[in-house]
Amino acid sequence: MSDIRAELRYATSHEWVRLEDDGTAYVGISDHAQDAMGDLVYVELPDVGQQLEVTDEAGVVESVKAASDIYAPVSGEIVAINEALEDTPELVNQDPYGDGWLFQIRLNDKSELEQLLSADDYRTQLDSED
Amino acid sequence: MGHRTPLYDQHVAAGARLVDFGGWDMPVHYGSLLDEHHAVRADAGMFDVSHMTVVDVTGVDARAYLRYLLANDVDRVPVGKALYAAMLNEEGGVIDDLIVYRRQDDYRLVVNCGTREKDLAWLAKQSEGFAVQVVERPELAIVAVQGPRARERLSALLGDSRAAAVSGLKVFAFAEDGDWLIARTGYTGEDGVEIILPGADATALWQQLVDAGVRPCGLGARDTLRLEAGMNLYGNDMDETVTPLQAGMGWTVAFSEDRDFIGRTALMAQQQAGHEQFVGLILEGKGVLRAHQKVISATGEGEITSGTFSPTLGLSIALARVPAGTEGKAEVEIRGKRLPVSIVRPPFVRHGKTVYQQ
Repeated sequence: MSDIRAELRYATSHEWVRLEDDGTAYVGISDHAQDAMGDLVYVELPDVGQQLEVTDEAGVVESVKAASDIYAPVSGEIVAINEALEDTPELVNQDPYGDGWLFQIRLNDKSELEQLLSADDYRTQLDSED
Repeated sequence: MGHRTPLYDQHVAAGARLVDFGGWDMPVHYGSLLDEHHAVRADAGMFDVSHMTVVDVTGVDARAYLRYLLANDVDRVPVGKALYAAMLNEEGGVIDDLIVYRRQDDYRLVVNCGTREKDLAWLAKQSEGFAVQVVERPELAIVAVQGPRARERLSALLGDSRAAAVSGLKVFAFAEDGDWLIARTGYTGEDGVEIILPGADATALWQQLVDAGVRPCGLGARDTLRLEAGMNLYGNDMDETVTPLQAGMGWTVAFSEDRDFIGRTALMAQQQAGHEQFVGLILEGKGVLRAHQKVISATGEGEITSGTFSPTLGLSIALARVPAGTEGKAEVEIRGKRLPVSIVRPPFVRHGKTVYQQ
């Protein structure tokens, strides 16, 4: 049973979003996604300052066996990336909702969050994929 | 639902992530591919490879038949030894790669699971005119126990005669004890054995090995280990459109004057004309090389046939087919970017040590 955090919003493509008080949001991949990928060995992240639209390619996570694209769940400007992942991509496996975050984005429009899945909706999606 | 090996229930109980592999439900890993990989390099791990197809070739013409069927020559090994060989079509393309065990009165082949049907059809077709019987042995399982401590850990669990066989085998030799065939072969670049045995025996042996601390390993680690060891995977590194000469398998082709074999004429012509070469690649920066990425060098373009992250080396490695004479440095195109690679001679890792040469 994968860990789904109630306080987060989710994209159907398995990214999570956590809104901060300052109008930025952290983005990562869900516990289900990291588990399905297996041991991650490489993470490619967007550039700080890059502008992304919803569903733009925002990076790639690669496990030993496969590469998987990361899509921007919301639009905005990248304000930070998790540089620790360059040398320790396994943080995404170990702590997908914490130290394994991917990037921080300044949202263009907070209402885009409402287009994303709630934890319950995401759970329903995962159940239907099984 | 796919085919299941006799060990299926044990894989499920051990928490295996199962995938479809050539119509079989097989474990890709049991939690961590990386941990499984390192277990084989450092200690011992075991693989269920019962999905592979075992075929016995008997009859007075068995030797003549195999000498015609295979690009390698079964006469190269004595009774009690295994031989790696390619089975070719008339154009020299690889129908499959396989292991032949030369027994006293007959031969045993182990061929790939994904090619089973076409292999059996080809074996039957080419047997016309030879006094041979080609008999599949689906009741047999195969367990590979691999790693520097594999033989020691295995022999501690076996009765005297089988333990002695495991301890005393030379590389590529095999021994038969009852209905077990124990061979000192493998697909990991480490010491170890592969055991062909009845399914019921396999489930008991697997449990004993688990209890002794030998780590179950999935097909994921099997692939990273074989790639580090510079061993080809059928369907990736070669297929019916590729000859052994283009796949780094020239050493498995025995061109003697007195032996005709299927594909020989085509291979002789290709050897005269020249052909692409098969090399190893090391990615100099971060990223992961994957099959089908383009290789660009001063001699022209080539293609990666297998690529992965190497858990032992901590960087990405690949096998690639490139124009003849390619050496030194090249570039690989990954998602539109060109990244520098070094061209090396595989294998990358053997017996736990880095061995590749630039």
